Amino acid sequence: MDALFAQLFAGLSLGSVLLLAALGLALTFGQMGVINMAHGEFMMAGAYTAFVVQSVVGDAGLSLFVSLPAGFLVGGALGVLLEATLLRRMYHRPLDTLLVTWGVALILQQLARDIFGAPNVEVRAPGWLSGNVDLGLLQVSSARLFIIVLSVAAVVGLGVLLKTSPLGRRIRGTVQSRDLAETVGVSTRATDRMTFFIGSGLAGVAGVALTLLGSTGPTLGTNYIVDAFLVVVAGGIGQIKGCVIAAFGLGTLQAAFEYSTTASLAKVAVLVVVVVFLQARPQGIFSVKTRSLV
Amino acid sequence: MLELDDLHVGYGRTTVVHGATVHVPEGGITAVMGHNGAGKTTLLRAAVGLLAPSRGRVLLDGDDVTRLRPHRRVRRGLAYVPQGQQSFPQLTTAENLQLVADTRPRGRARTDELLDLFPALREVMSRKAGLLSGGQRQQLAIARALITEPRVLILDEPTEGIQPSVVAQIERTIADLTSGDDLSVLLVEQHIGFALSVADRYYVLASGRVTSSGDGGDDSHATVRAAMAI
Repeated sequence: MDALFAQLFAGLSLGSVLLLAALGLALTFGQMGVINMAHGEFMMAGAYTAFVVQSVVGDAGLSLFVSLPAGFLVGGALGVLLEATLLRRMYHRPLDTLLVTWGVALILQQLARDIFGAPNVEVRAPGWLSGNVDLGLLQVSSARLFIIVLSVAAVVGLGVLLKTSPLGRRIRGTVQSRDLAETVGVSTRATDRMTFFIGSGLAGVAGVALTLLGSTGPTLGTNYIVDAFLVVVAGGIGQIKGCVIAAFGLGTLQAAFEYSTTASLAKVAVLVVVVVFLQARPQGIFSVKTRSLV
Repeated sequence: MLELDDLHVGYGRTTVVHGATVHVPEGGITAVMGHNGAGKTTLLRAAVGLLAPSRGRVLLDGDDVTRLRPHRRVRRGLAYVPQGQQSFPQLTTAENLQLVADTRPRGRARTDELLDLFPALREVMSRKAGLLSGGQRQQLAIARALITEPRVLILDEPTEGIQPSVVAQIERTIADLTSGDDLSVLLVEQHIGFALSVADRYYVLASGRVTSSGDGGDDSHATVRAAMAI
């Protein structure tokens, strides 16, 4: 029984990391039809931001709380830069964006190597996140629990933003009809840029969160980008609800397969499950007659 | 007010509108009529900035706005109600209106005024626009356009697929709105009777060219019918 709960928690934990990584992709892919392979490198930039902040601030607890908004800003700024210089010319040309952003990802990885060196760097977790928490049925890692809370907060925050704010209305309007949004007075370019800022900022936050689970290296993002895309596609493109369900579903599946096989076989098994699922339901978990973000 | 000057517009290499010139003066209603495929909607899409003309200019108050993006034209007083009662289907009626009201300093107050003009919308404020009837969606589309307090309102076939009682209401609303000199309307219609009953002047478009134009007087029906060869 304990082992079952432990696996379930491992699934939730993995799911929450995937969710943080996939939320931003769901936004940018849903709105602009852009396949951003550099999204993983925005996570990496967020992780290095945490490293830099900790080198400056020193205290691990304080640096975590400075790193989360700083990672958001760094990820967001990189996203806006990419959008403004390259991607705005390639909306709804997914294959072109895939190639271009893959190139950008390689450049960013090399840049990280040049600045921080090839070996991984360590970011210290604050003392209160280094132990375990007793949940009665099982002991869980405080850091993993923190990431689950962080990802739930990110989903709720994003949901509130999309549902209640003027920017959220502009984003949803632009997703549903770009031409109509323009002709009622919405600057869809400015909206796209803000969407990219928020989506890439979330990747930065995910990167900061990942420093709590392991060391930080130039290829940190590449480990997550494919899984994050699986989440977005399985959830239904542009669907935040679907993204949440797919992230936790895939996380749990991966953890369950890992329990009964090995990590590599589990990856293969999850991929097979997603391929079979998409054969039966190509539109993802949520069918969308009109693409919707909430 | 709004001048479409020698516009050539198309899609890719196909030109649909060949040098159309349409003047919408201050106040009143200007109708553009023509059969399906005559280039009416293409002309309007160029007027609002959704299509870039290969030749010709769009002038608003004498200023060349041909290269201006659609939302900037809206700020200069141009509003557009596209064909087919288009709305943001997953947004509620209230959100459809709010989306536009957000962009205007007087948006909220203006929304209240427009809900008085279209009271039927008050009953469906929390319903998703995709679930409204055609008539409700058309009223929503017109209200949404009017929130921006335009000086030129462009209507693309506002009566298409709408029941007669709602058509009558739309007709009354358009007539009311244009009774002063504050608002000019550019109306595109296939429904000649409706267009000429409200229009002060008209243009007939055939194969992307203006083939006839004049004032909406008593003899205009015969002239338009002849120009459209019906």
